[in-house]
Amino acid sequence: MPFVPHTQDDIAAMLAAIGVESIDALFDEIPEALRIGTLAAVPAGLAEMEISRLMQARARADGEPLCFIGAGAYDHHIPAAVWQITSRGEFYSAYTPYQAEASQGTLQLLYEFQSMMTALTGLDVSNASLYDGASGLAEAVLMAVRANRKVRSDKVLVPRNLHPAYRRTLQSIVTPQGIELVDIPYDEEGGHISLEALNALESQGPFAALVINQPNFFGVLEEVDDLTDWAQAREALVIGVVNPIALAVLSPPGDWGSQGADIACGEAQPLGMPLSSGGPYAGFLCCRQAFVRQLPGRIVGRTVDLDGKPGFTLTLQAREQHIRRNKATSNICTNQGLLVTAATIHTALLGPEGLERVAAACHANSQRLGTLLCEIPGVEPRFNRPSFHEQALRMPAPTAELLRALAAQQILGGCDLGLDYPELDPALLVCATEVRTEEDMQTYASTLARVLAHA
Amino acid sequence: MLIQEGSKPGRRATAQAPLTRHALDDLPVALRRRARAALPEVSELQAVRHYTRLSQQNFSIDTHMYPLGSCTMKYNPRACHSLAMLPGFLARHPLAPASHSQGFLACLFELQDILKEVTGMHAVSLAPAAGAQGELAGVAMIRAYHRARKDLARTEILVPDAAHGTNPASAVMCGFQVREIPTGSDGDVDIDALTRAVGPQTAGIMLTNPSTVGVFDRNIQRIAAEVHRAGGLLYYDGANLNAILGKVRPGDMGFDVIHMNLHKTFSTPHGGGGPGAGPVGVSARLEPYLPVPLVTREGAHYRWLTEADRPESIGRLTAFGGNMGILLRAYVYARLLGREGMRRVAEFATLNANYLMTQLRAAGFNAAYPQRRASHEFIITLKTEAKEFGVNAMDFAKRLLDYGYHAPTTYFPLLVPECLLIEPTESESKEDLDGFVAAMIAIRDEARTNPELVKTAPHRMPVRRLDDVRAARQLDLAWSPQA
Repeated sequence: MPFVPHTQDDIAAMLAAIGVESIDALFDEIPEALRIGTLAAVPAGLAEMEISRLMQARARADGEPLCFIGAGAYDHHIPAAVWQITSRGEFYSAYTPYQAEASQGTLQLLYEFQSMMTALTGLDVSNASLYDGASGLAEAVLMAVRANRKVRSDKVLVPRNLHPAYRRTLQSIVTPQGIELVDIPYDEEGGHISLEALNALESQGPFAALVINQPNFFGVLEEVDDLTDWAQAREALVIGVVNPIALAVLSPPGDWGSQGADIACGEAQPLGMPLSSGGPYAGFLCCRQAFVRQLPGRIVGRTVDLDGKPGFTLTLQAREQHIRRNKATSNICTNQGLLVTAATIHTALLGPEGLERVAAACHANSQRLGTLLCEIPGVEPRFNRPSFHEQALRMPAPTAELLRALAAQQILGGCDLGLDYPELDPALLVCATEVRTEEDMQTYASTLARVLAHA
Repeated sequence: MLIQEGSKPGRRATAQAPLTRHALDDLPVALRRRARAALPEVSELQAVRHYTRLSQQNFSIDTHMYPLGSCTMKYNPRACHSLAMLPGFLARHPLAPASHSQGFLACLFELQDILKEVTGMHAVSLAPAAGAQGELAGVAMIRAYHRARKDLARTEILVPDAAHGTNPASAVMCGFQVREIPTGSDGDVDIDALTRAVGPQTAGIMLTNPSTVGVFDRNIQRIAAEVHRAGGLLYYDGANLNAILGKVRPGDMGFDVIHMNLHKTFSTPHGGGGPGAGPVGVSARLEPYLPVPLVTREGAHYRWLTEADRPESIGRLTAFGGNMGILLRAYVYARLLGREGMRRVAEFATLNANYLMTQLRAAGFNAAYPQRRASHEFIITLKTEAKEFGVNAMDFAKRLLDYGYHAPTTYFPLLVPECLLIEPTESESKEDLDGFVAAMIAIRDEARTNPELVKTAPHRMPVRRLDDVRAARQLDLAWSPQA
């Protein structure tokens, strides 16, 4: 029997101790009419060898295409040590560290993660992670509306150049609580959010918060200082949505504007998490000290034990659902512990210099890719402002067909912007991280040129 | 020592980063970081040693019995991990086209079907990233259902007082008020109180069955009928699904919506507190509201169903639609077990719980509901021991760590004083269970003869009992170079 250690003798001895005839007798409090015979539609069990064969075939079936899609999930090199250590049973099969004395490994690691995220974002405190970047932004918005005592408003300004899936996630999580998301249009030429666009919305205020994403969904860099000052002059809190790799080289939210952003969140996937079809990833959420009691999710603190020796424990649990129930800051229970383990080890291995090199290599590669593709007649940059590691490119032919033709040549040519931004159609959002080589990019460019020639 | 404290300027794990240092001159200076982030600078060996040593300071299923009630800490088969980590699955981009996703989507489609059968529900979405997110989705669907019928007066969700804290918190996140229903002295929901509470304001009830007190609610069909008669819907919290896998199905009990915790019943790792996965299943009338994305099959071709296909969906809960790697692990586990293996999960989880309860009672411990069968878990109340020896449930829990057993869930559910909620799972052998009983007896002897020893436990862990009050009052949540 898979994963059940009992021998026939064990079963007999245990039943005798309980005083019943059969295991079935242990279910005698369940109404007879509810008990079922078998799960007919579930297949019979497989041996490990058989399921291995099946999974290997399926993993192979999806091929190993050359990937130039970013759009919120980025293909970075992950040092071998990251998942070898993360996969250790002591991390992999441990529970939430409620029993602190028996969980110091996980707790210290989470504290180190929190310290890394505050270092990267330039804010005071971090939680121990949320499900992913998009749901993390939803929690950040809920938190901002709760925390803003100066502006009692349920309206939050959200740029249209925020990741479309983040926008949808926000919609499904925050609108049932009566929060209204107000769209900020992006600049037609630059792809960024301009002060003029914000000023035009001012009459709809006041707003509890402004969401700023740096870089934005189009890869374009925002004038974060001006946007932050605009919002804070109107008592709106500033929520920065940021990429942790970009933060190695870009101004951290804590430094934005004259006072710094209030909250920063984002997707930690670029720190050691494989693409893995979209998850599991981990969201991070940092804020100023003043808002710490409004921060949702697990938080680890350093304290001392009975002997005065330093140790780590979950803290501020009075915010959480298992204590406060219907008065909690969120219903969230787990964090993404295992992914945070990977992110922490990954960040430690790369260090500040390593992350800078990755960021710079991503930027250089995406610039190079843009240059190569724009040599093809009809392909040109869609926006005229600087970008980090992704670019929106106008295409001279319908994108759906282009992407299909490229995929047939084992190239994933980018994210089709027209699907969510009909006004940009036909355009692709392309990304080349540090793992793409000059040869990879040449292959993409020559294939695209060939496909377009036949289009 | 923290990794940050072992940092030395200029030390680097040089093999990890790109060899070339590219310029960033074309990025505006005003948008660039002025001072380098205070991240650790360590060698590769230093990092490997540091995190390997940290791992050794953890209890885990792989190293210790972990009878944590309501958490289903069973063995996480290694094959589930290694097969979900095959390079083809890891490298797949979430926005890869269907042409490059057929193998992956086949696994998810089949997992949806398996979960439908296991729960007796009409349709399943794998989207929620954890149990609490499944609850949020479930309650949001209840809300969407009533709103679609213009039945707008239903503002209340009923929750038994023994429920997990996530239940009331999730209901509030969907804009509902929560009304608590007491538990009767036999452990079942107080049916008279329920009857008084239901009415035209009832949107639904959230129930765990077997409940968090470790018994199967014998009145479940009556509860379903009462709530349905009042126009409310039934939400099943699948936290305890391990107890009934292959034996009874929530759909047959009358539930309209259910979430499953794959990190419990389907043995995906708890990972030190996540990632989980909390798929939701629904009856036919709630299908249009399921969170997206879903996987469908058209002929021999699999594809995603998104917002465009499901306009009435409650929407998207994460950017890319779920914890895919965890879903793959659950799929492998389900295929390894098969239909027979699933039934055995419930049978042996129940056998182990009843055996452990019997042995602890025989040793003189008090079960909270001695007249009832245990489901896959049960409650021991240490009220007598606390009174006689001044040693409480938390002291027992901490001392168990010294004996090499992770503590059971303590002080939950809140309605039983000095309680330990114990869930041995089907993974543990008779010898392991006997060892746990022996440890409990030994600790009680210590409580009698040397209570200080127990009250100051643990003594054999990397740290002694921690000052939680100080942790909350003198907040130290991040290392900084100045400190």
